[in-house]
Amino acid sequence: MTDTEHFVEIKHAQKSFGKLEVLKDISLNVARGQIVAIIGPSGSGKSTLLRAINDLDALTGGEIWLDGVQVNKNLPYRQYEKHINQMRQDIGMVFQHFNLFPHMTARDNVTMAPKLLKGLSKADADKLAEEQLDKVGMLERIDYYPSQLSGGQKQRVAIARALAMKPKLMLFDEATSALDPELVDEVNQVMKKLAEEHMTMIIVTHEMDFAASVCDRVLFMDKGVVVEEGPPSVVFKNPTKERTREFLRKHLAGAK
Amino acid sequence: MDIELMQRVYPFFLQAAWVTIQLSVLTALLGLTCGALGAAMRLSRLAVFRFLGAAYVSVFRGTPALIQLFILYFGGPQVGIQLDAFEAGVIGLGVNVGAYMTETIRGAIISIPKGQREAARTLGLSRWQAFYNAILPQAARLMVRPLGVNLNMLIKSTALVAAISVVELTYTAQRYIGSTYKPFEMFLLAGILYMIIIYATGRAVAWLDRRVQIN
Repeated sequence: MTDTEHFVEIKHAQKSFGKLEVLKDISLNVARGQIVAIIGPSGSGKSTLLRAINDLDALTGGEIWLDGVQVNKNLPYRQYEKHINQMRQDIGMVFQHFNLFPHMTARDNVTMAPKLLKGLSKADADKLAEEQLDKVGMLERIDYYPSQLSGGQKQRVAIARALAMKPKLMLFDEATSALDPELVDEVNQVMKKLAEEHMTMIIVTHEMDFAASVCDRVLFMDKGVVVEEGPPSVVFKNPTKERTREFLRKHLAGAK
Repeated sequence: MDIELMQRVYPFFLQAAWVTIQLSVLTALLGLTCGALGAAMRLSRLAVFRFLGAAYVSVFRGTPALIQLFILYFGGPQVGIQLDAFEAGVIGLGVNVGAYMTETIRGAIISIPKGQREAARTLGLSRWQAFYNAILPQAARLMVRPLGVNLNMLIKSTALVAAISVVELTYTAQRYIGSTYKPFEMFLLAGILYMIIIYATGRAVAWLDRRVQIN
């Protein structure tokens, strides 16, 4: 059943808020193990597209498929809830503002969902927490609360929390945008490590250098459409569309 | 000031204070139950429940508690509701304070950033699991102080049930004024006892609030 070329498939995604159309007929395939960056100005719909993949923002039209199963199936409420909760276990998400649970230690942040949803024993959960936190270099802080961690550390714990569900796909929604510049790199390093392990990832980002260094493909979105897509060497170095050039020019000037 | 008289009636006032405490505790429990149900309705995904919750709050906050008590106690028998004064006091005040607690509980819940719910749902938790494990533990900590304010008001409003002749502190003070003609001493004594109850409750709430905060 597994089709590695069409591991994630977005077909004619469309979304409107009233009269405002934020996604206009977007289609996209991501192969297993591929890393795709989505760039674009704010309001371009890139976050909305990402959030549609796990149905945090429901599409008004179109389909999302993951590994041969439709994510946004049309089902009665109760059945749909069951289905989407199951699907979301396979889709990890990392947010701009971390969204760690402040009343739980790093350990509990990581183990809560596996314990509830996979019935892990305490011993297995502890092992899992140690494993995942070690992977993001946070093992030493396993019993710290989020308020005792820096932004970069919080984000690494948040990544460990998502990985603890053993997802098939990871979504990053501007994971480093809220961080102080000197903390960006530690998070990028973790993402690079995931890339080396061939995790399938879709990354909404403003970090062009990072996107260029880890991604297989870059999508430039503007006003709800994909303006240009291709390997980073083409999109960043030789964009074919004027809008892409303009965006990159402005963005790079702003970054200096 | 007739201190000797105050000392003489003091044991009867203590008994009355005990009734006030019982009233307060039972009313608080009923109020919390109504408040939790009311908040659940106001936050429901179904419009019917949201409407019912909002109606409950506006009716019971929009009319005097005394009128609500009178309707229940004096008007109740007309529609087949027979309650003794104490029962009517607990139910009347409990449902009334529940309307205030509904808003307190709802306010704490909606003040938790929506990213918390999203993070929980993204991991695959159901609506209820996300609420119970991620939102409620945070909201509950925020509720302690404002529920303490509701509790403070509730204790003072138990004085209203004197009007339906529950023998609690205020009623007892009034009764002894009838026989002693010393309103200053009698109301002062009642006031002191109310203050002790409220002060102790306030300290308990403050202690609980400190205990539940995230280090």
